Amino acid sequence: MNRTEALEIVKDSIARIVPDADFTRLGPDEKFRDALEMDSLDFLGFVETLIERTGLAIDENDYPALTTLSESADFLVTRAAGRAGQPPSP
Amino acid sequence: MPSLGADMDEGVLLEWLVRPGQQVHKGDVVAVVETSKSTIEVECFDTGTVQHLLVEPGTTVPVGTPLAVIGTGPQATHPASAAPRRRRAPVPARPKTPGAVPHKAPAEARRPAPFAPDAARPPAPAPVAATGPLVRHLAHDRGIDLSAVHGTGPGGRITRTDVEHAAPAGRRIPASPLARRLAEELHVSLADVPGSGAHGVVRAADIRAAAEAAGTVTASAAAPAPVRPAPARRAADRATAMRHAIGALMARSKREIPHYYLSTTIDLAAALEWMHEHNRHSPVSERLVPAALLLKAAALAADQVPELNGFWTEDRFAPGSGVHLGVAVSLRGGGLVAPALHHADTLALPELMAALKDLVARARTGRLRGSETTDPTITVTNLGDQGVESVFGVIYPPQVALVGFGRVVERPFATGGLLGVRPVVTATLSADHRATDGAVGARYLTAVDHLLQKPEEL
Repeated sequence: MNRTEALEIVKDSIARIVPDADFTRLGPDEKFRDALEMDSLDFLGFVETLIERTGLAIDENDYPALTTLSESADFLVTRAAGRAGQPPSP
Repeated sequence: MPSLGADMDEGVLLEWLVRPGQQVHKGDVVAVVETSKSTIEVECFDTGTVQHLLVEPGTTVPVGTPLAVIGTGPQATHPASAAPRRRRAPVPARPKTPGAVPHKAPAEARRPAPFAPDAARPPAPAPVAATGPLVRHLAHDRGIDLSAVHGTGPGGRITRTDVEHAAPAGRRIPASPLARRLAEELHVSLADVPGSGAHGVVRAADIRAAAEAAGTVTASAAAPAPVRPAPARRAADRATAMRHAIGALMARSKREIPHYYLSTTIDLAAALEWMHEHNRHSPVSERLVPAALLLKAAALAADQVPELNGFWTEDRFAPGSGVHLGVAVSLRGGGLVAPALHHADTLALPELMAALKDLVARARTGRLRGSETTDPTITVTNLGDQGVESVFGVIYPPQVALVGFGRVVERPFATGGLLGVRPVVTATLSADHRATDGAVGARYLTAVDHLLQKPEEL
């Protein structure tokens, strides 16, 4: 997964939860939970969608990395690269 | 038109999900109604056979207007929503359909003509005019032009069977509005989709399955993503109507209910530690959010302090049967609804979490059920996600209490003589002073606190 793909997945996953999200007005370093008024259920739905789309393991400790579009995309790239280099965890 | 909330005066019948002649059971979803706050699936509160649909889709009618006539047995024909305003001629029992519950029909009802009101009149010259109201209604429902139907009854009358056999292709297939919209978007023909809903009503899931099977749908469209139906102008109208509805209800609450307010700070360290441990061992679909624990504690406490769980009606308190926890859900684009999590005190946390996700999703896509909008016995508002620390809410009449939770924050907190930084939440109670005094309210908040200290028992 390259970064462009990762960013698309992040945006798609947000759009699944907030269908009228306007990404032209959301900066890459803006906290999207606040900007889009996502509550804890919305955020959980977003994480569920990310996991579904990428097959990556994302647990609660990773949530702080999923704050802005930019950080979220970086997180996915790093996590995917880590997985490719290692045998799948049991 | 049932009252789907204390703030509802009228509703728009959007769609019928049943047809005349269909068997319905208590609790079946039979129609979709739009109120100023939401689109609501109306459940039938009787079991029997639909005889007439009295209100056309798209019509706005006041609460109390009969919507349909359901025959529940021999002669027991009555409007499903309210007492008839005028006496009707008894509607004879329909010819039995296979599988229908056999019932003893009175002698009068056994007459073959299914249109008693006209049977006594001399036959009119035009065959269409001689058609009974039931048959005309059926034809109308199915969009069939009676003048094009060949009558096989006595004197060339058009019978129910004639209409049923006429132009079946043009028949309106019972489907939920969401399913209809999806079918259009995904180019799926409703007629080709077997319905999985009650009485074969086509549901959205059926359309998605059909579209997926046909390979006409992308992953994102196939997913149960929230649907935003409303064009901008309609949404604006809806927002205005919703502000009016909320304003009227809250003004009534403040006018009639002498509120008293209590507040306490609850240590959530144990609850959150337990939750994080649970979540570490759970797939994402089973992970909990703090709101689920708070709601469960609020529901259990309402069971322990039943004086706060119920309604103030006719100058006295009527306890609720079961704890049906209203959950205030803020809607994107403004406004809020507070539908019920039924029997929230009896749901295990994973069940409550699943029910909460489902309820919030449906509240936001406008597919609540009538019982969910009318049943809450006590309501919880959780503004924690919006970032404020405490909320003193306005009680939803005729309920007598409203519980508020703010944001979970880390604060210096002393326990056992030691000062530490711990996650805490401010829990508040607004309660009706006609029903209870502060001591009862205090007992309630204390119960919530105690429950949250033993999360494994929630």
